[in-house]
Amino acid sequence: MAAALCALSPLVYLLVRSAQLGADGAVDTLLRERLWSWTLASAVLVLAVTTTCLVAGTVIAWLLTATRLPGRRWWLVVSALPLAVPSYVAAFSWLSTVPTLQGFWPTWAVLSAACLPYVVLPTAAALRGADLALVEVARAAGCGPLAAWRRGLVPQVLPAAAAGALLAGLYALADFGTPALMRHEVLPFAIQRQYGSFLGRERAALLALVLVAMAVLMVLLERRARGNAQRWSTGAGAPRPLRAVRLGWWAVPATVLVALPVVVGAVWPVIGLFRRLALGTRRTLDWSELTDALVATATVSLAGGAVALVLAGFVGTLAARHRGRLVAGLESASFAGHALPGIVVGLSLVYLSLRVVPGLYQSVTVLAFAYVVLFLPKAVGAVRTSVAAVPPVLAQVAGTLGRNRHRAGLVTARLALPGVTAGFLLVVVTAMKELPATLLLRPSGLDTLATEMWSRTSSAAQGAAAPYALALVLVASVPAFLLTRTSAWDRS
Amino acid sequence: MRLSRALPSRPRVGAAVSGLVALGALTACGGSESAEEGDSAGSGDPLVVYVGRDEELVGPLLEQFGEETGIEVDARYAGTTDHLALLLEEGEQTPADVFLSQDAGALGALSAAGMARDLPAEITDAVLPDFTSTDGSWVGVTGRARVIAYNPEAVEEAEVPTTVAEVTDEQWRGRVGVAPTNASFQAFVTGFRAAEGDDAAGAWLEALAANDPQTFEGNSDVLEALENGVVDLGLINHYYAYQLAGEVGEENVATELVFPEAGDPGALVNVTGAAVLSEHPDAEELVSYLVSEEGQQYFVDSTYEYPLVEGIEAPAGLPALTDLQGPIEDLAELADLETSIALIDEAGLS
Repeated sequence: MAAALCALSPLVYLLVRSAQLGADGAVDTLLRERLWSWTLASAVLVLAVTTTCLVAGTVIAWLLTATRLPGRRWWLVVSALPLAVPSYVAAFSWLSTVPTLQGFWPTWAVLSAACLPYVVLPTAAALRGADLALVEVARAAGCGPLAAWRRGLVPQVLPAAAAGALLAGLYALADFGTPALMRHEVLPFAIQRQYGSFLGRERAALLALVLVAMAVLMVLLERRARGNAQRWSTGAGAPRPLRAVRLGWWAVPATVLVALPVVVGAVWPVIGLFRRLALGTRRTLDWSELTDALVATATVSLAGGAVALVLAGFVGTLAARHRGRLVAGLESASFAGHALPGIVVGLSLVYLSLRVVPGLYQSVTVLAFAYVVLFLPKAVGAVRTSVAAVPPVLAQVAGTLGRNRHRAGLVTARLALPGVTAGFLLVVVTAMKELPATLLLRPSGLDTLATEMWSRTSSAAQGAAAPYALALVLVASVPAFLLTRTSAWDRS
Repeated sequence: MRLSRALPSRPRVGAAVSGLVALGALTACGGSESAEEGDSAGSGDPLVVYVGRDEELVGPLLEQFGEETGIEVDARYAGTTDHLALLLEEGEQTPADVFLSQDAGALGALSAAGMARDLPAEITDAVLPDFTSTDGSWVGVTGRARVIAYNPEAVEEAEVPTTVAEVTDEQWRGRVGVAPTNASFQAFVTGFRAAEGDDAAGAWLEALAANDPQTFEGNSDVLEALENGVVDLGLINHYYAYQLAGEVGEENVATELVFPEAGDPGALVNVTGAAVLSEHPDAEELVSYLVSEEGQQYFVDSTYEYPLVEGIEAPAGLPALTDLQGPIEDLAELADLETSIALIDEAGLS
């Protein structure tokens, strides 16, 4: 319940603010032609990024787990790297080398590269744990080879891929930095623009509600893709892993496909940063300032991750074990914040914290809370998938063996731990890169790497921003790297 | 089977739990820290300043102020529009004592919301009357002139337009860079409207849009496009080129500037300024420091903006401020951004 309230808090604010527009103002705003072109642009971008991530991500995951692609273990680690590079840094870096990259295609390319790991990592884990025996059962039951794969293997992999694609799509929906830098006019871009004017907050709130509506639609689609089946199994038999496919000459295009997003989303941006660094700047680097920002970044993102984890534990477990409108609504609600640009969530927490806990205004507590609102879905998805794969009978068995309910529940928690860890790491790695909400809500004097970087890019001191950007990529690589190791993402 | 694989992981549970406890402690720390800050509310409060300008530029000045006066300054940096939205959201409960704005429009809006407190005459009288508020609710600190920047490798100086009307001429099709969503461009359009009416401003925007301009997020992006030869003309503020020269050396900057004719809408001189938002005893002292000789000289030397106090020399190479005549008398008119943004929108430039 707390989790839902938490995730729903921006909605309260958005409704209050939109209501102030009045019926006429609201109709006036909604009927503006530009609104619909922005919404359409957002829808097209989200659809393109989601499809790209779903298709390319699944293929890459398959290449990295079920083929003999040379160096595939190494590639799996490397393919997580774009997670460590904020997409606005990637966009900025690309633009500083190729200034003409503007509009839909570059935005699509950068966002897709940045979001691919959300699909690749969990899908690869699902494929590693997949049981080929089910395909053989389907064959034995009279299915043709294709149908057997569709019925035996796809259901084992699709939930992970779809959940990842949903995260990618929501990211593309809410992201402001990349489209703004690359001049592709989408809805978050329009929302940000409203804040420049006196009445803008109300109009921005209404536009943000359009984003939320789009997000709800996406969550419903994903739920449909996930279906209603139970996904746990017990039994002593070892699963039959997939046979590794020899690629032959196909290894060349396969390697290109695997490498491309890494180059677009991580390698080239980092080269760009080094280039900026080499150009030099008149400002000398203050190491203690850099270290402080590093510590602050780690602290607030870990705090946000921890709180998100606790709340996601409840929502994810409920979603895995129970069906029904209430649980479905609760789970969908937890996704609302993720569809909103940071500034909207930031302002909504300004509004709420000043009314509810004024003493905590501009404290780490409220900032961590903002991260929870923004990134809770990442943890919820991971917790849900991993809890769903733990047979509920185990907790029941523990119960009959004399453990009380809570201790019996721990059996499930322990088995689901790797997936839960993955959820925690996902929140941490994203919170590290967060900028707009952090700018508004941080305690005075607390500078994260992202805010320090921001304060340097806005002036003509972009060279001075490079060390902070590099430090951010470096520190965010840690959770990104751990995500490739956490064995379970595993559904099992 | 899942069971047998998972059992050896028992120690990891312990590790994770202790990690969580540590994290809990961290968050708790954060909470108590801020509670302390809240407790110290009273006489010795630091002066909370919301800064809508770059930390790199304003930070050193605020430090200097703190050292000279012993006043503890707590500066929070974000964009001017973000700060405006934040301040309006916070309303009466804002912790901010002073707001430093990047443009006159945001100060006008704040004043219209009743959040800016009247300043004493010795502060408002210190600056040139054309470049500050008319009602004493905020004060201008530095001046920023709109210019038509050009790349001399692509355009002869004699060909460069001296009015914004000429910029929409057919010969500049696809060659002009603007930052239509940037606050400085919006302020320029607002000045245009105030001087020549909404219809004239709207018609100019339509003409510009029809001339296939290249749009950018900010002035420095337009400047970079000029430097790279992506565009040949750009509508920006004067000091960007100076700041770039300060960063990479004058010889490495190609872009040159033309100051539009007196009275042309393109000749707007907008100001950065400050408003006092609370009764904090030191708030006025900071604002008065900004318009002191020392404060003004700092801006001249480090931001290349125009000083607004008589007797302080403008940065070398700039025409005198008094020679630049913008289109409007009262800069508070720049607060009326609504229609400007709508017009920019309608022209399809945003």
